[in-house]
Amino acid sequence: MADERIPTVVADGVHVTYKVHGAKGGKGSATSALSRIVSRRPAVGVREVHAVKGVSFVAYRGEAIGLIGSNGSGKSTLLRAVAGLQVPSAGHIHTAGQPSLLGVNAALMNDLTGERNVVLGGLAMGMSRREVKDVYDDIVDFSGINEKGDFISLPMRTYSSGMGARLRFSIAAAKNHDVLLIDEALSTGDARFQARSKERINELRKEAGTVFLVSHSNRAIRETCGRALWLEAGTLRMDGPADEVVDAYERFTAAKPKPKPAATK
Amino acid sequence: MKPPFTSKATPVSQTIAPTHATPPTPGNETDLAALAARYGLSVSGARPTLPQYVGRLWSRRHFITTFATAKLTAQYSQAKLGQIWQIMTPLLNAIVYFFIFGVLLGTKKNIPDYVPFLVTGVFIWTYTSSSVTAGTRAISSNQGLVRALHFPRASLPLSLVLQQLQQLFFSICALVIILVAFGQYPRFHWVLAIPALACQSMFCAGISLIMARLGAKTPDIAQLMPFIIRVWMYTSGVMWSVEKLASGHEGIPDWVVMALRCQPGAVYIDMMRYALIDSFHASQIPPHAWALTLGWGVLFFVGGFIYFWRAEESYGRG
Repeated sequence: MADERIPTVVADGVHVTYKVHGAKGGKGSATSALSRIVSRRPAVGVREVHAVKGVSFVAYRGEAIGLIGSNGSGKSTLLRAVAGLQVPSAGHIHTAGQPSLLGVNAALMNDLTGERNVVLGGLAMGMSRREVKDVYDDIVDFSGINEKGDFISLPMRTYSSGMGARLRFSIAAAKNHDVLLIDEALSTGDARFQARSKERINELRKEAGTVFLVSHSNRAIRETCGRALWLEAGTLRMDGPADEVVDAYERFTAAKPKPKPAATK
Repeated sequence: MKPPFTSKATPVSQTIAPTHATPPTPGNETDLAALAARYGLSVSGARPTLPQYVGRLWSRRHFITTFATAKLTAQYSQAKLGQIWQIMTPLLNAIVYFFIFGVLLGTKKNIPDYVPFLVTGVFIWTYTSSSVTAGTRAISSNQGLVRALHFPRASLPLSLVLQQLQQLFFSICALVIILVAFGQYPRFHWVLAIPALACQSMFCAGISLIMARLGAKTPDIAQLMPFIIRVWMYTSGVMWSVEKLASGHEGIPDWVVMALRCQPGAVYIDMMRYALIDSFHASQIPPHAWALTLGWGVLFFVGGFIYFWRAEESYGRG
């Protein structure tokens, strides 16, 4: 790595809290709701969840950073905050360019054909019609959907879950991002496709900048990432070379097969 | 294959023993902010200015149109008759309303050309009401999209209104068939339908943006809307003429009748009837009708857009 290390994401004491409606607590009956409205007390059904508690780190161009931690430790929330989709309640996140979450899934519609979903997904990620046209063939080839016949012209609801996941990853990875955030993408698809995805992530890292990867697969983190952040119950427990952090995390999970219930959802 | 780089010493590197229970202290805040400023990093998740916002929305126009068409197509993709339903649904609606209001309740007695009158009313009203309904759920039912991707959130309500407009075009095809079948032949006066529809579309986009913000903040509104819309429908003269109905009842003040006729729900219906139906005369539309048509459209579009934009950064949280 060059001496000049250019930061792409600076997280400065980030706290994220969000409100959950319909959380249990108090009576959920209509009369109690009415009395709440009349007395203007805050709804008991609304609960604040403090998902990320004061996390600071600096990510540099060319890094692939794995985020590990048990379920509900705040990994996905932190990722959304970096993407700017969740505003921190305290602290700041500074970024170079626009970080994008590899989450094109939400834009796709199961009732439409694969073809139309490729176009829709590309446009949803902010590509122009022209750009979508240019990368269309690459996306279809990369996904390997058409290896067993012409599946791309069938509605996505007819795909197997693996095929759907492959197409989604292919669409999402078609764009070059300044900062790419990936949430559990590598656990899908067969071995061959997983190898290809890893390759593509390395490419993206070289071309673009920084890749964040959330995964429960320690192997994927070791193989893809150079650095890892370990979150536990919303706080950053460890930040360092991926191998060291994953080793420590593995020792932690082996010693405590059932860690204390996380405070987050 | 491990990427060929190491990052042993990052400024905030806190390699704490895993058994160490205390959370790491956050890095020196001023240092981090200064580092970010030195490299010109921007704070993530801040609201863009209004001109920036309009610019971003414009660059997403293809997404808006594609999303609208995709939704429209997906709607009937599981039905055996497929896209034929686009035109069958409004026709069936018109038949049901005709049976109830025209035949059973006898509303048609004092209205000439009742079928064209009714069908125009139903179709134009459907555009307004479904824009309101779609707007209310625009953010809340696309929570996944809002949480995963970056785009100007106004794309969603606007796209859904565009979907309603596309649906209206199918309805208008059905409407033309009905008009001709009941002796209303195409004439030059029909051109007036175009500015009327354009103004209505502005109104629909505006109200959909307003409802989108309200519905995102208070999901309960989605439960309330069907009732409000029904009241609004009965007071907008969809199946009858408000004027003629009121004249049959003593004690309704004139200003109430005038207000009902001048509110946007009724104005757009009557303008369309005025454009398309021979026997619907200029005397039946409220005074200054074109000013109202344009005024409601511009007022709601501009007001709704600014109102929606002011909460842009808050959509999709919590």
